[in-house]
Amino acid sequence: MKETPLSNCERRFLLRAIEEKKRLDGRQTYDYRNIRISFGTDYGCCIVELGKTRVLGQVSCELVSPKLNRATEGILFFNLELSQMAAPAFEPGRQSDLLVKLNRLLERCLRNSKCIDTESLCVVAGEKVWQIRVDLHLLNHDGNIIDAASIAAIVALCHFRRPDVSVQGEEVTLYTPEERDPVPLSIHHMPICISFAFFQQGTYLLVDPNEREERVMDGLLVIAMNKHREICTIQSSGGIMLLKDQVLRCSKIAGVKVAEITELIQKALENDQKVRKEGGKFGFAESIANQRITAFKMEKASVDTSNIEEKAEEIIAEAEPPPEVVSKPVLWTPGTAQIGDGIENSWGGLEDSEKEEEEGGIDEAVILDDTKMDTGGVSDTGNQALGLMILISFGYFLKGAPIVLSDSEEEEMIILEPDKTPKKIRAQTTSAKEKAPSRSQVKRRRKKRTAN
Amino acid sequence: MEVAKRADRKVSADTGAESSPRGPVCSLRHFACEQNLLSRPDGSASFLQGDTSVLAGVYGPAEVKVSKEIFNKATLEVILRPKIGLPGVAEKSRERLTRNTCEAVVLGALHPRTSITVVLQVVSDAGSLLACCLNAACMALVDAGVPMRALFCGVSCALDADGNLVLDPTTKQEKEARAVLTFALDSVEQKLLMSTTKGLYSDAELQQCLAAAQAASQHIFRFYRESLQRRYSKS
Repeated sequence: MKETPLSNCERRFLLRAIEEKKRLDGRQTYDYRNIRISFGTDYGCCIVELGKTRVLGQVSCELVSPKLNRATEGILFFNLELSQMAAPAFEPGRQSDLLVKLNRLLERCLRNSKCIDTESLCVVAGEKVWQIRVDLHLLNHDGNIIDAASIAAIVALCHFRRPDVSVQGEEVTLYTPEERDPVPLSIHHMPICISFAFFQQGTYLLVDPNEREERVMDGLLVIAMNKHREICTIQSSGGIMLLKDQVLRCSKIAGVKVAEITELIQKALENDQKVRKEGGKFGFAESIANQRITAFKMEKASVDTSNIEEKAEEIIAEAEPPPEVVSKPVLWTPGTAQIGDGIENSWGGLEDSEKEEEEGGIDEAVILDDTKMDTGGVSDTGNQALGLMILISFGYFLKGAPIVLSDSEEEEMIILEPDKTPKKIRAQTTSAKEKAPSRSQVKRRRKKRTAN
Repeated sequence: MEVAKRADRKVSADTGAESSPRGPVCSLRHFACEQNLLSRPDGSASFLQGDTSVLAGVYGPAEVKVSKEIFNKATLEVILRPKIGLPGVAEKSRERLTRNTCEAVVLGALHPRTSITVVLQVVSDAGSLLACCLNAACMALVDAGVPMRALFCGVSCALDADGNLVLDPTTKQEKEARAVLTFALDSVEQKLLMSTTKGLYSDAELQQCLAAAQAASQHIFRFYRESLQRRYSKS
């Protein structure tokens, strides 16, 4: 589905509102939208809501061999996905420019700022290190994806606990959560991205643009900063020229916002930890606001399953017995069996094309018929096609014996008896040779062998 | 208002931790559902069954790609996204099962040459994932106002080594089970819309599971009804 284009009057309206220092959602220029952080039951799982923008983060880990040039460092991997759920314009499985840009920015913000101690992720140097994978899913797109994603990533990383390992000599032991408490990652600092949108060639500035504002903006400046006011990444896009004092002003604002957000994150993490320690209820079920009329909960419901056995018996008793299966296949000779009678051959078209070759074929058919007579006298099947005939072979079809399951007119059924027939057939073939078979006949035979 | 009160009271009662063992009586884990929580999709729902949680978003009836257009009905598409990594065979299989179930109930003929897209995101998996996906999809379709012949729900049953039946199994129970059966049932006659099974079971056990699923579906449909009643109540 395509993105609905923004009409000119909408665009003009938005820009005029910005000129008058007004925002459609009632915020001031430097206001951030509300942030809500909720945690799942697993470690390293969180949902971050920034206004209506929503990102799901999940951290997972795996023991892998390290990169050759970094033998003592763990591996960090970030993957932001723009699900179609977030906006109809996002197509599944396509690497759009936006997605590449966002993923790269996240990597720069979180990996290159060295906020995670990768050396502590090493288990055995050069052999085993932890690979930490951060999956971020955008669930709802209402602007400023990068801020929400960076918060979700760092919150998920802080919340994550990896299984404990111990190394004794060569042996690496991995402990389950029941045996030893999982250990948190060592995190040096928490870089957070803050976005600034510029309008009218940098005349107007807005913090935390929403989706509508993003669509009319001229340029975007993203500053990643930690609470010590250290800039981790800075990126300006959209091709606007910014003055030095504009950038400095933005970094000052970013410092304030980052301090607020970091405090919020720490509070949320502490809350969750406290609830877990006290054995209270946690997980997404608890984060659903119960006052909302759109939400509803039901407690554990016991289902009355006392009568299911009777019901099942009743249904089985009522049901028609399954159609009688031919339980006894007709055993013509040892090694072969027949089920059912077979039906009329309907492969008419093929026969026409083969007719030219058919002249010599009759002799062969006669011979083969003889064979049938000898082996069991099944030649009475006459012009019936094989249909449901099943040849059950118990192994060893002798090499060269013409086992033919063909649909041509004459030879419908050739039954071989492993012990006796091969000789007979050989005898028959020699006799056929005596009759000087035509070339076409030989050709036919070869064809059939290859077909088998 | 009464409904709301009741819900509040229920919540105040003890939920019981997920890890605590359930009694021998068959029971469903606690259910929770929130509709219309995302602003972009036409309909959305988050469905929780115990610790299993799935978020669903529905777009439609909307513009369809020419290559996917069907001239006499709506094109139904289901996308399931796993939490970690890229979608694999298991996700494709669940997508297909969900799509077939939805196709059976959605009145696609009312919106020819359009697309209805259901996007499911696994938020946490703690057993009975397919059943939860089906329930989330149904609630999201209801929220989007897509016309349907009937509502549907998913119920999972597990048969353990002794032949005991467990409804709505957790991951642990699913792993220990001899067979896991998942059914989709419609709300009008509790008829079977879809079934998928894994493991060994006899025909008597199949019928028992189906009967148990039908009994459980009554609870789920009551949950649907009460949650919609609450949503559309005036008070």
